[in-house]
Amino acid sequence: MIFGVPLLQMLVLVFAATFDMKKIDMVVVDKDLSETSREMIAKFDAIPFYNLEFAVPDETIGEEMLFSDEADAILVIPPNMERNLIRDDKAQVQLLVNAIDGNSAQLIYSYSSRIIGNFNKNMIAEWKGIPEFSPPGEVKISESYWYNTELDYHWFMAPGILAVLVTVIGMFMSGMNLVREKEIGTIEQLNVTPVKKYQFIIGKLVPFWLIALFDLAFGLLVAWLVFDLPVVGNLLVLFAFASVFLLGALGLGLFISTVSDTQQQVMFISFFFMMIFIMMGGIFTPVESMPHWAQTIDRANPMYYFMKIMRNVVLKGSGFIDLLEEFLSLLLLGVIFLSLAIWRYRKTT
Amino acid sequence: MEEIIKVKNLIKKFGSFTANDNLSFDVYKGEIFGFLGANGAGKTTAIRILCGLSSPTSGDVKVAGFDIYRETEKIKKNIGYMSQKFSLYEDLTVAENIRLYAGIYGIPPKKRKEKMAELLKKLEMENARNKLIAGLPLGWKQKLAFSVAIFHEPKIVFLDEPTGGVDPVTRRKFWDLIYEAASNGITVFVTTHYMDEAEYCDRVSIMDAGKIEALDTPAKLKERYNAKNMDEVFIKIAR
Repeated sequence: MIFGVPLLQMLVLVFAATFDMKKIDMVVVDKDLSETSREMIAKFDAIPFYNLEFAVPDETIGEEMLFSDEADAILVIPPNMERNLIRDDKAQVQLLVNAIDGNSAQLIYSYSSRIIGNFNKNMIAEWKGIPEFSPPGEVKISESYWYNTELDYHWFMAPGILAVLVTVIGMFMSGMNLVREKEIGTIEQLNVTPVKKYQFIIGKLVPFWLIALFDLAFGLLVAWLVFDLPVVGNLLVLFAFASVFLLGALGLGLFISTVSDTQQQVMFISFFFMMIFIMMGGIFTPVESMPHWAQTIDRANPMYYFMKIMRNVVLKGSGFIDLLEEFLSLLLLGVIFLSLAIWRYRKTT
Repeated sequence: MEEIIKVKNLIKKFGSFTANDNLSFDVYKGEIFGFLGANGAGKTTAIRILCGLSSPTSGDVKVAGFDIYRETEKIKKNIGYMSQKFSLYEDLTVAENIRLYAGIYGIPPKKRKEKMAELLKKLEMENARNKLIAGLPLGWKQKLAFSVAIFHEPKIVFLDEPTGGVDPVTRRKFWDLIYEAASNGITVFVTTHYMDEAEYCDRVSIMDAGKIEALDTPAKLKERYNAKNMDEVFIKIAR
């Protein structure tokens, strides 16, 4: 259970949590029905992830499809496009994009406008006889992507999701274990012994700490096998950071369980923190683009540091010194959360 | 006789409810002290205070010579406790439970092994050594829990309704273990609502609604209340 469930989650989530556009359903409303319009449509049709829907005589039906989520975008080619193009040297087409999901909408827009742009260039080249790819005086941007050269979304998500999984396992299990002793009453038997508070907390910490670290190793192995995810950086550095991070995460879990009486309470409070940690930790959205106040709060979010560390060490190969600030922050949070847990654990009520 | 537990004007309130209303009593070294009372009379509250699990609202309490407010951890080195909620780890084996508690009390491994072998032989549980607690009969669990509570040879052992839910024969056998512990010099502080068990005690106190109504040897109590047995004494006091 402890190893199987997270494995399954990683496989499912990494594939599912992707922003890549793999399929665009576009309705084409061609009112021109000319050679030029057909050529333009053929450009879209040539791209595998455009799924075109034709033969809609007017845009109202297209709009309906947009409304009912059957289509992602509508391309409207007005009547007389070809004629306008020949007569006035310019013509217009209309692109309507379903922007419920802003991210996808932007992608669809930029893909589509690039296709139309290329179509334009070709046409200018054809008509005016200028060589196709070298219009005069154009500045060309050639891009090269570093650290994740293929822009493989799985590589971006896998370390992030692993970070979340390890945290969930560690935090929930340590917290649930302690409060379960309260529920079944074995904690009383321990509380009448001379066991020291810090000894008790260490006893509750170490097993889950080891399990979580093992899970991390296991997850990295699976990510390597399934997603071909390389660990560019030093594994020792990664595990050194993970060890310190987990002290904080488990410490918080234990602290929550010392203030709770039932497993339900632990679940509820842990879930609250988990949601904030994950959503603000930068797994989907970069922390740098969050408002200033949110970034300030993130200084106390262990997940924020760990997410950053995971990705930087795994994808970029950052070393210990590069991430020293993150390391010290995690250490501080670990000390704070563990101290809180020890302080709040009561042998006498 | 030397007092090993001294309680003076002990009061414990939960909000406006007074669970222990001005208790004062002494327990002498080496005796079996019965702490009787109906359900809800405040027995468990008092025993939890004496064990350092709960702090009193007011009053002076000394256990094994240590103050209950300031020296709780020192008291804990000198006592054993068996709660009415059965509290060995169900998902650990017999031997693992013993090893856990022996470790907590700092008993060296060599001594632990010797004592464990001796104990399992005495309880006739050698074959159950590596069995999970969850699978044992209740009578065995109780005997084992008691033996674990005195494994570190404490000065006092507190037993909170140790024989709940078992038949009279098993209860009788359990009391043999109590006598044995007492003969080894361990003071036994036991709560019960079985009146036949009260007869086995050196002295008993009877609580009703948070107050101690009577405290003496069983013989003297029967004489005073003109009763044939402890059952009648109890009914006359608790009405």
